[in-house]
Amino acid sequence: MEGKPVLENLADEVKRSLRSWTDTLAGERAGALRTLRRPANEFGVDRFGFDVDYLLAAAAPLIWLYKHYFRVETHGIEKVPKGRVLLVANHGGQLPFDGAMVGISMLLEANPPRAVRSMTEKWAATLPFVSTVFARSGQIVGTPENCRRLLEADEAVMVFPEGVRGISKLWPQRYQLQDFGLGFMRLALETATPIVPIGIIGAEEQAPALLNLKPLGKLIGFPALPLTVTPLPLPTKYRLYFGDPLHFTGLPDDEDTELDKKVRVVKSAIQSLLQHGLEERKNVFW
Amino acid sequence: MSAEKKKERPVVLVTGISGNLGRSLTKLLHRRERIVGIDRRPFLGAPKDVEVFQIDLRKKKAEDVFRRFPVKAVIHMGIMHDPRMSQEEHHSFNVVGTTRILDACARTGVKKVVVLSSANVYGPSPDNSNFLTEDAPLMAASRFSEVRDLIEVDMLAHGFFWRHPELETVILRPVHILGPTIKNAPSNYLRLRHPWVLAGFDPMVQLIHQEDAARAMVEALSPGLRGVYNVVGPGEVPLSSVFRELGRAPVPVPHVLARPLLSLLFRYRLSGFPPPELDHIQFLCNVDGSAWVRDVAWVPRFSMRETIRSVDGEAALGLAAATPP
Repeated sequence: MEGKPVLENLADEVKRSLRSWTDTLAGERAGALRTLRRPANEFGVDRFGFDVDYLLAAAAPLIWLYKHYFRVETHGIEKVPKGRVLLVANHGGQLPFDGAMVGISMLLEANPPRAVRSMTEKWAATLPFVSTVFARSGQIVGTPENCRRLLEADEAVMVFPEGVRGISKLWPQRYQLQDFGLGFMRLALETATPIVPIGIIGAEEQAPALLNLKPLGKLIGFPALPLTVTPLPLPTKYRLYFGDPLHFTGLPDDEDTELDKKVRVVKSAIQSLLQHGLEERKNVFW
Repeated sequence: MSAEKKKERPVVLVTGISGNLGRSLTKLLHRRERIVGIDRRPFLGAPKDVEVFQIDLRKKKAEDVFRRFPVKAVIHMGIMHDPRMSQEEHHSFNVVGTTRILDACARTGVKKVVVLSSANVYGPSPDNSNFLTEDAPLMAASRFSEVRDLIEVDMLAHGFFWRHPELETVILRPVHILGPTIKNAPSNYLRLRHPWVLAGFDPMVQLIHQEDAARAMVEALSPGLRGVYNVVGPGEVPLSSVFRELGRAPVPVPHVLARPLLSLLFRYRLSGFPPPELDHIQFLCNVDGSAWVRDVAWVPRFSMRETIRSVDGEAALGLAAATPP
């Protein structure tokens, strides 16, 4: 079309070059990535606004980080079952690279590759660019209804039950699991979804923070404002430990104390994966 | 008179018939049903078999129409959406008008009432799930207080649904209605040559063609059908793709500037869009239409591309098809 806006052309150009970077970085996996399930409409997006090609373009810098910066190592990724599944992990490191690295691992190491859908903070939906990038790459505002819909569509959904409490952990709290929400358990019971616990080693040391200026953060609309020692995340070595799938049965609208018992099973599974991982590693950086 | 009334062919009464959506509905329905319309505005070029009374819904004369004709069903779409109208007038027309119509329905033995509400009653918000179901709270007025009368209309109809189980009440909440003759906020917005968009925001939007919306109202007349229904058209699409389809050149404006700027423009009548409308191009307000699909086997006739292009009129549709992309 004539008169196509310059910005749009530029955006398309960027997307194309990122996409080929992904193929280069992915090496022999490039072919597998092309087989990703795409339930897209005539405009190239699914009903949630997820665009597989957008994800494969946006993933390029993250794949680079995965391979060359955080040098991610995965253990037991083959335990992730086919069909609907909840990936539940510890959260930390101020910026959600932990979620991103699990997502990339499922693209690069899982057979067949899968696009993970993460449940994001509602706050993300109020941010320009972030909200769009998230939506196009399959990340969805974490409401129970959204999660239920994705699970019923047999997607792999990533949740961090620690939420903001987790990601904004200070240095002394690293690898100490904060309170878990119960929502994910209710959804797992309702939709008969297996839960795969994941222990993520490395993320919680990438951005040491000693102080969280929460009130000041509130003032500018941030859910937390941890002051980090380094401006950029450190190149800690990531290790992802996937646990055995946990199957729960029971009433989704059971009392909180009953749900809490089940949540504690997941929590201790993650805790022991973390313990194992921390004992096994010799150094934070390699 | 009552003997005569019995012999008469039963009537579908349509309020707000002279609007563009009303005309679409008339075109679909008048060969099948006997239509009587009420509107303050004249219906120029109405089909010969359609009788239109130019009256205000709030006036007693509107009630007389119920006495004069054997009304079997009412389609109530005489609901005003004009941001320039005074708040008081707006509120009175919509709320008082709806109350009167519903009262008349209950008193005169009408069998079916269809109320045209809108999916906008849920209100766009960053907290919204991607697909709101009919039981989601109606939050639109929390950020845009000028629309509270539209929510009140929806709730009035909802209350009526519960209070009068002897009637079949259907409340339709269609998504943004677009069409060649429609002049609502979304259609007008999409017709702009250089529409504002909020930099970095590209929400998924749901659109429905005016004829599909009219068809939904006809479907709602099916005997036995009752309840509240979201009505979705051909699906969801990113706002940016809509503009691509229409060949527009949107102007990205930072969202923090857009609100004060638009309120200034609106105040000085340089823009017809009230500032809270910006929420619709920033956040999600999409609904789950599966109940409607299930209960009436709903399939929209117009594809997404046809629906989008309809804002430029039927002529543009033909032209676009003739020129290679």
